[in-house]
Amino acid sequence: MLESSWPLLSLLIWLPIIGGVVVLALGDERESQARLVALATAALTFLFSLGLITGFAPGTAAMQFVELRPWVDTLNVNYHLGVDGISMPLVVLTTFSTLLVLIASWRRVTEKPAMFQACFLMLNGIMVGVFSALDAILFYVFFEVMLVPMFLLIGIWGGANRIYATIKFFLYTFIGSVMMLVALVYLQFQAGGSFHILDFYGLDLPLNAQIWLFMAFLMAFAIKVPMWPVHTWLPDAHVQAPTGGSVILAAIMLKIGGYGFVRFSLPVVPEASMTLDWLMITLSLIAVVYIGFVAMMQQDMKKLIAYSSIAHMGFVTLGFFVIFAIADRTGGSGMLLALEGGMVQMISHGFISAAMFLCVGVLYDRMHTRDMDRYGGVAHRMPIFAGFFVLFAMANAGLPGTSGFVGEFMVILAAFQANFWYAFAAATTLILGAAYTLWMVRRVLYGDVTSKEVDSLQDVDRRELIVLGVLAAAVLWLGVYPGPLIEIMEPSLENLLEIVAAGL
Amino acid sequence: MTTAEAFEIPDLMLALPEIWLLGMACLVLVVDLFSKDRDHTPAYWLTQFALISTAVIAVSTQWGVDATTFSGTYVADALGTILKVSVLLLGFLGFAYSRDYMRERGLLTGEYYILSLFAVLGMLVTVSAHNLLTLYLGVELMSLCLYALVAMDRDSPRASEAAMKYFVLGALASGMLLYGMSMLYGTTGSLDLATIREAAATLEENRVLFLFGLVFMVVGVAFKFGAVPFHMWVPDVYHGAPTPVTLMIATGSKVAAVGLFLRLIGEGLEPLIADWQQMMVILAVLSLIVGNTVALVQTNIKRMLAYSTFNHMGFIFMGLLAGAPGGYGAAVFYAVTYAVTVAAAFGVVLLLSRRDFEADQLEDFKGLNERSPLFAFVMLLLMISLTGIPGTVGFYAKWLVLKATVEAGFVWLAVLAVVGAVIGAFYYLRIVRLMYFDKPEGRGPQPSGSGGFRAVLAANGFAVLALGLFPGALVAICMAAFAP
Repeated sequence: MLESSWPLLSLLIWLPIIGGVVVLALGDERESQARLVALATAALTFLFSLGLITGFAPGTAAMQFVELRPWVDTLNVNYHLGVDGISMPLVVLTTFSTLLVLIASWRRVTEKPAMFQACFLMLNGIMVGVFSALDAILFYVFFEVMLVPMFLLIGIWGGANRIYATIKFFLYTFIGSVMMLVALVYLQFQAGGSFHILDFYGLDLPLNAQIWLFMAFLMAFAIKVPMWPVHTWLPDAHVQAPTGGSVILAAIMLKIGGYGFVRFSLPVVPEASMTLDWLMITLSLIAVVYIGFVAMMQQDMKKLIAYSSIAHMGFVTLGFFVIFAIADRTGGSGMLLALEGGMVQMISHGFISAAMFLCVGVLYDRMHTRDMDRYGGVAHRMPIFAGFFVLFAMANAGLPGTSGFVGEFMVILAAFQANFWYAFAAATTLILGAAYTLWMVRRVLYGDVTSKEVDSLQDVDRRELIVLGVLAAAVLWLGVYPGPLIEIMEPSLENLLEIVAAGL
Repeated sequence: MTTAEAFEIPDLMLALPEIWLLGMACLVLVVDLFSKDRDHTPAYWLTQFALISTAVIAVSTQWGVDATTFSGTYVADALGTILKVSVLLLGFLGFAYSRDYMRERGLLTGEYYILSLFAVLGMLVTVSAHNLLTLYLGVELMSLCLYALVAMDRDSPRASEAAMKYFVLGALASGMLLYGMSMLYGTTGSLDLATIREAAATLEENRVLFLFGLVFMVVGVAFKFGAVPFHMWVPDVYHGAPTPVTLMIATGSKVAAVGLFLRLIGEGLEPLIADWQQMMVILAVLSLIVGNTVALVQTNIKRMLAYSTFNHMGFIFMGLLAGAPGGYGAAVFYAVTYAVTVAAAFGVVLLLSRRDFEADQLEDFKGLNERSPLFAFVMLLLMISLTGIPGTVGFYAKWLVLKATVEAGFVWLAVLAVVGAVIGAFYYLRIVRLMYFDKPEGRGPQPSGSGGFRAVLAANGFAVLALGLFPGALVAICMAAFAP
């Protein structure tokens, strides 16, 4: 394991949390100062997180930037942090998205602005904690605490039906995570009292116990992803959440579910994962196909993007769990491709969904409606915005050259090696995704200017331009040149496959 | 036995905390009699001093000791010290929170302090008992004082009804306890818990009678806990009693009940764990599911906290039934931290209450964040701690219990318990929701109370957070009491 010379990960966790406390203390009376502090903290955190990329030693699956300090001695709980190729990109994605959200919501929120910013900063720190925790209890602590600021974000700054949505969100995710807690306690008992996540790997557990553990993890992570049929909290939460909340929810929080599958389900209970892979593949394909159709029926733009998120996350879980079927058919080649596809899809979806929700936010700020029927001909009044919107819509539909294509293509390619019909069903998303996204584009952007409100629309200002521009660059860069990202991930994913194979 | 042995001078030092508290209680009585202060200020400060000094004495004379005195009827050990210090601390918090409330209602009398102090004394005796009679004495001293305290507000029909209910059912429970004890005495011929323990280990004849005694005692103890199905008194008493008294019943008496269980059944009847474990499982399951669910539909926060108690009692029972040392340690940790958290929750209710106004409706919490961000945040901490969200101490309490339960082989019970916790999350979140998301009707109740009250309450709230971030020391203390 590679120790870090100075505690970079701790800095990434605690800097935004402390910044959040400062912002709260400044309060709404000193709003402009509070906003500056919030922005500076987020920017600093992002800059520091770039240190993860520059300092990252490629070509090894070992945990890096490791910090290990005893925390609760009597219970054998350690403050144990570290990232590998799987979690490092997600950490950077987190700090990046938070910074964008704070820029995007600059002066947009007038109700309790200090608390609003503080919530995002704290979420930032907590989510970095989730991705970098190597102690199961520390992971659980971050995993669960995350719910509180999100609960407040949706509940205070959300739409009309926010309270229902936020309580639904909280209870759904809470029931999943407490089941995981029981699983973690059981695993610790089996691992001889250690809570180190890597100690959970390679435990010799009977299949029966593995299946129960798998189910517990499935509840926690499937609800987070979310997978069909436990996805129903997501459209509600997204529609009611403020724009920034939606972005964080879609870009980062959903990834925590996917991350959980590769960090816990696959390596800890490989035998159960193999036994139940049919279930996971079925649920993933239902998400891809059925939810794709559901998305097509939506009137509300945010709801449409929310459903399309579920469909895209179906690719992630498909990529992760199709590996056993591939191994059956090919004896190994293609498994790595599937995992990499899933991971790339996670990062890419982080950019695209963030961009889509921000685009809707731009429109919503001006028109205060998300109903597509109220729009039409926006492109005539907001040409620059329309350009960005079309680009992100194309990426969402998986157009080659954008990041959306890379992950989906890798997963489909890998799925072909498992079973033609898996790949076939998954590939329908290219049609469905194009259908619902382009339909939205047509209804919102094109056609004649239908209403007076649309007629008086102003194009994006400089602030919005920066945010959308940065995201567009990221989407294109990842679409054209995903090599570096894959290079970072590959050793860790290979290592994961070895652990899985050893456990079978 | 020679006369000299029979009348040996007991080691009074081992019982010094109780003796000191008794002396102080009498002093408070006398001082209050001669004081002309209408607010009973001398009695208040003297009471607080009594509690703190007793806690100091308990720690300095009893921590790390393991000895009996008064011919083996009384024990001083680490477990007793932990529980005593908790009870005394909870008493301190209770008095700090209740002074304004009681004064505004004309209930701030010398008797309030005296009765409360004697109730605390009863709790102390209970957790130190090493003999069936001492145990019963402690329980009755506590209970009788609490009956009277519930009826303090004698003009309130609701309080009178609560007191009546509490008294009748409490007397029934005491009867059960006593009846069970008599069966134990009948079979073993001894009141000494150590002797009973030996007898229980080598039980051959009279086993049925002995087990009958055990059943009666478990029922009696479950009454004191307020575990389902012996819970009927809890909501009415919580609701009807003056809030400071509710606070005492919800906190100190629960800690004492854990002591009662551990002394009587956990230590005294440990060899029969297979027999009482089954009963405890049933009580835990019913408490976790049945009682807890009813809390969902409450509109009064005192009643809601009453019903939610069952959830927590279920967790404590899970720890207790898992057995020593992990389970008992977890149960003690749970009970102590739960009591501290609930004390602060009642503290917030007291903070919002004013003359002629009880802030005990859930509606009164609407928009609290606008009126008092600090105490809204404190209440948020308390609610998420009771829910069991990490970062607060409630998480560690739940986790320790789950750990002990899983290690004892009751994985299904652990799963059931977390389902109970999710049900709990719903009604605790509702308070958060009211405070942060809703607007108050009218102006809503403003936080009142003196500076000292506010400071103690805020400290209590943040202690829940601090213990949640650094629980190590307290866990170590609770576990040390049961170290083999």
